[in-house]
Amino acid sequence: MDNIQTTLAKDKLLALFAREEEAITAFSTPLVNRIRQHALSRFRQNGFPATSKESWRFTDLTPLLNTEFTFDFSNQSRSMDIEKIFTCDVYDLDTFSITLLNGWFVYKNAPLTKLDNGTIIGSLAKAMELYPELVDQYFGKTAKTEEHEMAALNGAFVQDGLFIHVPDGVCMEKPVQLINIVDAQQPVFLQPRHLIIAGKNACLTLVHCDHSLTHNVSFTNTVAEIFAEENAVIDHYKIQNKGRNSALVTNTYFHQKRSSKVTSNIITLNGGFTKNIVDVTLAEPDTISEHYGLYLADSNQHVDNQLYIDHLAQNCHSNQLFKGILDDEAKAVFSGKVMVRPQAQKTRAYQNNRNILLTDDAKVNTQPHLEIYADDVKCSHGATVGQLDPEAMFYLRSRGLCERTARQMMMIAFASEVVQKISIEPLRDRIHDLVEKRLKGELSICDQCVLHCNSKEPTTFNIDLSKL
Amino acid sequence: MLSIKNLSAAINGKTILKGLNLEVKEGEVHAIMGPNGSGKSTLASVIAGRETFEVTEGEVTYLGSNLLDMPAETRAREGIFMGFQYPVEIPGVSIANFMRTAINEKRKYLGLEPMTGAEFLKLMEEKKKMVDIQSKLTNRSVNEGFSGGEKKKNEIFQMALLEPKLSILDETDSGLDIDALKVVANGINLLRRKDNATVVITHYQRLLDFIIPDFVHVLFDGRIIRSGGKELAIELEEKGYDWVKKEK
Repeated sequence: MDNIQTTLAKDKLLALFAREEEAITAFSTPLVNRIRQHALSRFRQNGFPATSKESWRFTDLTPLLNTEFTFDFSNQSRSMDIEKIFTCDVYDLDTFSITLLNGWFVYKNAPLTKLDNGTIIGSLAKAMELYPELVDQYFGKTAKTEEHEMAALNGAFVQDGLFIHVPDGVCMEKPVQLINIVDAQQPVFLQPRHLIIAGKNACLTLVHCDHSLTHNVSFTNTVAEIFAEENAVIDHYKIQNKGRNSALVTNTYFHQKRSSKVTSNIITLNGGFTKNIVDVTLAEPDTISEHYGLYLADSNQHVDNQLYIDHLAQNCHSNQLFKGILDDEAKAVFSGKVMVRPQAQKTRAYQNNRNILLTDDAKVNTQPHLEIYADDVKCSHGATVGQLDPEAMFYLRSRGLCERTARQMMMIAFASEVVQKISIEPLRDRIHDLVEKRLKGELSICDQCVLHCNSKEPTTFNIDLSKL
Repeated sequence: MLSIKNLSAAINGKTILKGLNLEVKEGEVHAIMGPNGSGKSTLASVIAGRETFEVTEGEVTYLGSNLLDMPAETRAREGIFMGFQYPVEIPGVSIANFMRTAINEKRKYLGLEPMTGAEFLKLMEEKKKMVDIQSKLTNRSVNEGFSGGEKKKNEIFQMALLEPKLSILDETDSGLDIDALKVVANGINLLRRKDNATVVITHYQRLLDFIIPDFVHVLFDGRIIRSGGKELAIELEEKGYDWVKKEK
């Protein structure tokens, strides 16, 4: 701890926990509550991450903690009709859709569904009640509470979130869409927790949308633990389109067994403050882990992507590609670390971070990093910060495109390298459309995922193309 | 159509064109030949409006207007097309989207209604057949991963879509095998009309076996040192550039 404000915030949270312990622990299994106590003591010891820590050097939480937040430990909204506040208008993407409102699972029928194919989808709190052995088998196994302060904080306060278990050999054809909505009249502090398991030879596509319906201050700190068992295939998409006054910290842990494949794609369209921590454990041989990201930020938005990929076994392949366009005084941070352990021979690990800055005040701190202890590996890393290719600009103009149109086309093209990695076509088209709108300054925070909301006034954000 | 008088141009302070004169009229095909470094590509770049070149002297008139006052995009909309020696790869931009945007920006400039998607598709199919371009190529990103031949064919395809009045083709034959060369030359010949003009810039006479020029010019050290009919190209091929250099 290095300053008074974060210490105060920590003390407040600890006092709050002591006061509300009964409510907080009420829905959890005994094992989860034991893990909670451990996380709580970590949080007591380490507090909030300080900027003296390398991975938080350019991302300061302090100003965000200076708010009187409210907490909802007893779920006021659990069985309300979500359509009253949020109307889904699903396009040609057929999804199994799930909503969390202010961190709590919202249901119209059942809080937890077991599909015909054996897949269980629903509320984590309910899963702890109905399938405690299943939850206990995985919960807390891959989240690093020792190392990650925000994961420790989440672990201390965990109550509800999304639970998915796809049994061995089952392919979940329909993508699961999780919509995380923040809608509150007062500043809220939310800590949803997700536990996602794809069994042996199972497959799952998860589309995770973070959305805010109000322009009020909110702080969301999520932890997702995602397990890919032997030969499982997981596609994970995160679309972040939040209001300017929102802070979002996501801690996503992937644990991969033999021959499993994970593809993750984080698209940050908007947000006041966003920090995504992605931590990948390649525990067994022959895994593939691909991580893509796109961030578009303007005004004084702050986006930080921190990746850590741990190659523990041989013949695993990991790839990172993160791209960003920054306008005004926006700031971005990228730190990607690949660890190749001595036994992880035949590792292939690549990472690349590319940025376009539109103004002199926009800023990016990028740190690609490789740590290699095996000798038979292929690794590369790279980072670029720059402007658009003048040769390509001239080529477009020589065909009659004005400078503005040419720039717009180039920026969309720059972004689309990441968008093209999305394997579901309707989702790819939709996100392409969102990115295009965002770069043309036509996107409102209500345009999100495959959904539209009809309740609040749209707010528009601009990347000013003339500044390039 | 195009009148170049005493044109001098420099890049990074180095003078490349040193008082060049050229007249191009409607319906004509001109070939500009010359050894490496003589200023052929610079001439094409200056006409297309590349800002990295600085015009230090002379004037260029195109259809009665001062061409040097226009930015590159205006020149294109007024009907000038440059076929690039090294077409740029632009990942993420599809040829179809690029060309539709280009056509509609031009139409807007000319005060015409934008072309609808259906109209554009029809036009694209027509021109594809004309220049013998594979249909899947147009769905791909501009020039990305294209072979040398595909890149040059794509230039001719763009030219066919944009229907320019004046085309400057910069070393369009370089890096092509004989089959690709025939396709490219055939495309250029098909696009030839009484009311447009073409300037072919080439190092070798080979292309001129397929495209018969009305005039051949030899460019050397920033100036046109000799002009003649198509027989000049054959003479050059036989005697080499040293011949004209000596005669100069």
